[in-house]
Formats: sequence, structure tokens, C-alpha cells
Amino acid sequence: MRRAPQYLALAAYIAFLAFPLAWLLSTALKTPQEMAQTDPTWIPRAPTAANFADAFGEQDLVGAATRSLVVALMSSVVTVVIALPAAYAMARHRGLLNRVAIGWVLVSQVFPVILIIIPLFVILRDLELVNTLTGLVLVHVTFTLPFALWMLQGYVRAVPRELEEAAAVDGASRLRSIGAVVAPLLAPGVVATLLFAFISSWNEFLFALVVLRDPGVMTLPLTLARFVGPEGVARLGPLAAASLMATIPSLVFFAIIQRRLKSGLMAGAMKG
Amino acid sequence: MRMKSALAAAAVIALAAGCGSGGSGGGQAEPGEPVKLTFLSLAWQKESLAANKQLVEEWNKANAGIQVTYVQGSWDNVNDQLVTQFAGGTAPDVIHNDSPALSGFAADGYLLDLSGRLPADLKADIPRPAWDTVTFGDGKGGQGVYGVPFLQESQVVIANRKLLDASGVRLPTPDNPWTWDEFAEAARKMTKDGVFGVAWPMKSPVNKTLNLALNFGGTFFRTAGGRTTVKVGPEEKQVLQRIHDQLYKDRSADPAALGQGTADPLPAFYKGEFAMLPAGVYLRQQVAEQAPDGFEWVTLPPLKGTTTQQGAVSQTLSIARDSKHPDEAMKFIAFFLNGPNQARLAKGDWLLPTSVKAASDPAITTKENGWDVATASAKDLVVAPFLRVNGFDEWKSKVATPVLQEFYSNKISIDEAARRLVADGDKVLERYQR
Repeated sequence: MRRAPQYLALAAYIAFLAFPLAWLLSTALKTPQEMAQTDPTWIPRAPTAANFADAFGEQDLVGAATRSLVVALMSSVVTVVIALPAAYAMARHRGLLNRVAIGWVLVSQVFPVILIIIPLFVILRDLELVNTLTGLVLVHVTFTLPFALWMLQGYVRAVPRELEEAAAVDGASRLRSIGAVVAPLLAPGVVATLLFAFISSWNEFLFALVVLRDPGVMTLPLTLARFVGPEGVARLGPLAAASLMATIPSLVFFAIIQRRLKSGLMAGAMKG
Repeated sequence: MRMKSALAAAAVIALAAGCGSGGSGGGQAEPGEPVKLTFLSLAWQKESLAANKQLVEEWNKANAGIQVTYVQGSWDNVNDQLVTQFAGGTAPDVIHNDSPALSGFAADGYLLDLSGRLPADLKADIPRPAWDTVTFGDGKGGQGVYGVPFLQESQVVIANRKLLDASGVRLPTPDNPWTWDEFAEAARKMTKDGVFGVAWPMKSPVNKTLNLALNFGGTFFRTAGGRTTVKVGPEEKQVLQRIHDQLYKDRSADPAALGQGTADPLPAFYKGEFAMLPAGVYLRQQVAEQAPDGFEWVTLPPLKGTTTQQGAVSQTLSIARDSKHPDEAMKFIAFFLNGPNQARLAKGDWLLPTSVKAASDPAITTKENGWDVATASAKDLVVAPFLRVNGFDEWKSKVATPVLQEFYSNKISIDEAARRLVADGDKVLERYQR
């Protein structure tokens, strides 16, 4: 009984978090007439699948979601593969170079994207990577890498150096001590970084807008934007239906690794 | 273990599928190969999208040698997209946009001057005032035509039929429209029992105010000796004062709608909370789609001041200067925007075609959904005076929007509004004319 207020607070928080998704579902099932009423309802009076039919009929949502998934997975994996050894080096080898590198990582975060987008586009054009998913992955990795490096560095620092020293005393080489001792302890941090990189890439709009040109390579955020007209006027029904479907892959991804994420966040919070 | 499998699977999927490109090229066609054009379209309404795709399909079927790839863009960010693609030399061949955006791109040399390429029948089918909306300086002292104008918007009044009839006011027609005085009188008569006569959603007040100001000859800008300055005299003040009077003197305008966007008051309109909504002709689409069963509505013609003239901008099709196939792109545009096709596009977007032939098409002259009134209003459209003002966008966002919002909210007087529009506005424009 004494915990009732806690459960109440938890229920309120869950309701708060679920509200946008529930409202999205409700809107996706409403007719245009019902959406335009001044007294909105949670349960549609005359549920319709027309919004889903319009959304899927007009746009290649499945193809766009597949491409977004590919780009997000590839970006997150490549980001972590590059960031992990760099983070280890930065965390373990302190010195002037290390401080300069950390400083540079921080400075890179304050560049306004709009300033570099045209030079970046020209570089991609010269590499013949415009209008390719590879080009977009490259851009996403470039922009996610500094923060991923920063995150992972905190997790590496949280692993006591003494554990590696103990492994060395037992005769393990540096590579072996990293692989057998450090890597398992870093798993939660790697998962948290993967998720960060995945979500950043999954939601990214501006770079995709300028890098991709043909319908066959468009990602999901670009496809969703097509339901919005001038001055923010949107086709709410199809947009809600498409957005609902767009949340499913990321929900599945979270569901698969949410347990690891939880411990990853805790590890970062307590020791990082 | 499961995590390792997931990561491995991710890497394999990504490497296998991620490197593909859907690029359609668009470069020089090999002998025997069709020319490939990319068409960036901003159609977004269901019917408009269908009409655009259908026309491209028809073209591709009939022209095996010139194949067009339809690419759907978005109004909200098309100019960000184009700035980058122009700079990188990868812009689409045929570009859908609106005329205010063309001025800057033309001056920067990104768009092709179409004046020597326009087919005679296309040129003759679109009246001069519409061509004026796409004629800009080329940045080198010359003038050019940087797009083909095809859809325009006028401001009409959408009204609740029952409230209109109950008020007993004269029903205006395109030949005998309401004057602003009659409109004010009608709004007063319809204001009773908690119902307001009119709603003025003024979240974005600038374009609406400036376009309507032409009813009284208000241009807001004057150019003398090669310099453009802001002007707010008696002509410009007319519409401002009349809207303000409806809000605070007659109290015939619903104050709840004042801070809303154009389409936001529609639910209250269907509920009968106010009788009339001055709006662009395109808003009829939402009313037709959303209005509850039994709700009767009517489109009233543009209001008359000293004239019924309104400022207009156009939706346009342009050709990128870097296009490797400008002749083929022009042929496609000439097909896409011929009279019958413009009528289909106009119907899909609920806007007005610039084509004279299209304007007589039965599909857009029917009485249904007010098409007859909307299409007739095209004759009142003249090029919006602000279209060629360098620095207009900054004046609009930094000066005019906050000043007009404060004025319509009754926080400042009309004289104070005029003073700030001119003084602050001239400072902005001055920077663009150095």
C-alpha cells in the first residue's frame, strides 16, 4: 500500500510516454471529417483504413523503411567499429595528443551543419557518392562519430585499469586482455552507443534530403515529409498512418536490445 | 551470443544492400538510349499527386526517346535541397517551385533563361501578368524568364450558406462582388447569438495583407532612382484598418481565430461559430473533404476596394542551367502545362490555372465546390509588387510579421505600425541595395 504513490507516478509516466503513439493510432484511424471536429475523441467513431491505404498506395513506405533500416544499421555498426579502438586509445593513453584530440571532438560538435553542407556535398559528388546510400552512411558516420567516441571513452574509463594489469601479470598480451577482460565489460556501453548512432541515423533528414535524389534511394524521413504541404499544412490521416508504421522498426530494434541498453545507461551513469 | 548474431546480421545486411544506388543518371544519353530527365515535383495533395504521376506516365508512354523520372519533393524544404544541389551541379532537370524562390536562383545563375525557348502556343496561352511573375533580373543587368507559371492562388471568401441566407444580405457574384463596405456590413449582420460574422486567421499575416492591399492600390513598396523603399500610405492602410475594425470596432470578427494558421479555424467554421472565412482558393479542398454531412458552404468572389485586383505569385516549372537536355526538358514542360493538362493539375491542387484554354475547361468552371467563382477570380490577379523586392523575405520575417501581428492584436496603433514597417523595413532593404 505504501508503494501506491510510486505505482501511480509510474502509471502516469507510462501514460505520458504512450500518449503520442496512442494519439497517432487514433488519428490514423479517423476520417477527415472526424479529424476536423472541435471535440476530439480517442476512439474513432467510424474507424477507417483509408489513411493506411493512401499512405501505402502513394508512397513506397516499405522500401523507404528498408533503406532507412539499412542505412541506420550500417551507420551504427561502422560508427562503433571505428569509435571503439579510438575511444580505448584516448582513455588509456593520456598526453598532449590525447587532450588535443578530445578538444577537437568537442569543437566539432559546435559547427552548424548548414555551414558545411555544401562543401560536404561537393566532396561526395567528387567521390561519386551523391544519390547513394553509401554516401549517406558515410555522412551519418562522420557526424555521429565524435559523440560516439566521447560516449565510449567514458565507458572505457569506467573499466578499472587494474583489471588489465592483473591480466598482464597473468601473462596475457595487451590484445588478449582487451579481448577477454575489457570487451565484455564494455558491452553495455557499446550497445548504448549503437542505439544512439542508430536513432541519429534513423531520424536524420537534412543530409538525406540533399544527398539523395532518386525515388529508389529515398529514406523514410524524406518519404514522410511528402505528406506535408506549404506552410506546414499536412495530410494528417496518411501522415499519422505512415508515421505509425515508421515507428515499428525502431520499436523492434529497441525491444531486441533494451535490456542491454538499460545496463549500458546505468554503467555510464554510475561510472562514466 | 544473440547480440553478436544481431550485429553480424546487421553488418551483412548493410554491406549487402547498403551500397546500392538508385541513381538515374541524367547525363548524356548513349546513342540509341533514351534521354533521361529528372522532374522534381512538389505536388502533395492526393488528387494533385495522382494527376502529376498520371501525366508523367502518359508522357513516358508517348515519348520513348525522352524518359522522365518523377521525384516528389516537399514545399517545406525544397529550397534547402535546391541550394545544395545547384551548388553541386546535380539539380533535377525540371524543377517545380514558386515564383518568389526563382528570383534568387536566377540571379545566382542556377536557372535557364527560357525566353528564347518557349513554344509559341505555350507563350500565347498564358497571359502577360502571369509571365510577369517569373521575369527577373539575371544578376548581370539583363532580364530573363526563369520558369513557366502554371498555378495561381486568389483570396476568396468561404461562407456558411445557412448563416449567409439567414442574414438576408445580397449574394455577391463575380460580376457584382461585395465591396469591403458591404462585406463589413454583412459580417455585422451575421454577428449575433454568439456567432461571429468572420474569422481572420493571422498567424502569418504578411502575404494575405499585402495581396489584399492591392484592392485599394496599396503596394507597400516603391522604387525610384533604382532604390526600393517601404511605403505605408493611405492606400496601404485601408485593408489593415478594415480588418482591425472588424476585430475591435464592429466586433464582428472571431478573436479566437486571430492567432491561428489559415486552416486552423475550419473546425469552428463547421461548428457554426463564425460565418465567413477569407482564404486562398485552395482551402476549398479541405472544406470539401472535411465538412460534416449536411454542412452547406459557398465560395464568394474576391472583395472589391477601388478595384478587385489582388497580388499573385505563381507555381512554376523551371529548367536547371546545368541540365544536359534543356530542349527535351522544354518539350516536356510544354506538354505538361498545355491547356487540358493544366486544367487537370489545377483541379488536383484546387488552384487557378494560368492557361487561358484551361480556364474554360468544364472541370474547373463547374458550380460544384465553387469552381466557377474561384476560376473567375483569376482575372483579378496581377503580379504581387513584393515579388521583385530584394530583401522582401527578411523584411517579411523580421519586420512585417511581428508588426502586423502586434497591430492585429491591438497592441500598437496603425500609425505606429506604419512607422515601424517603413523605418525598420528601409534599414533591411538598404542592406540589399548597397
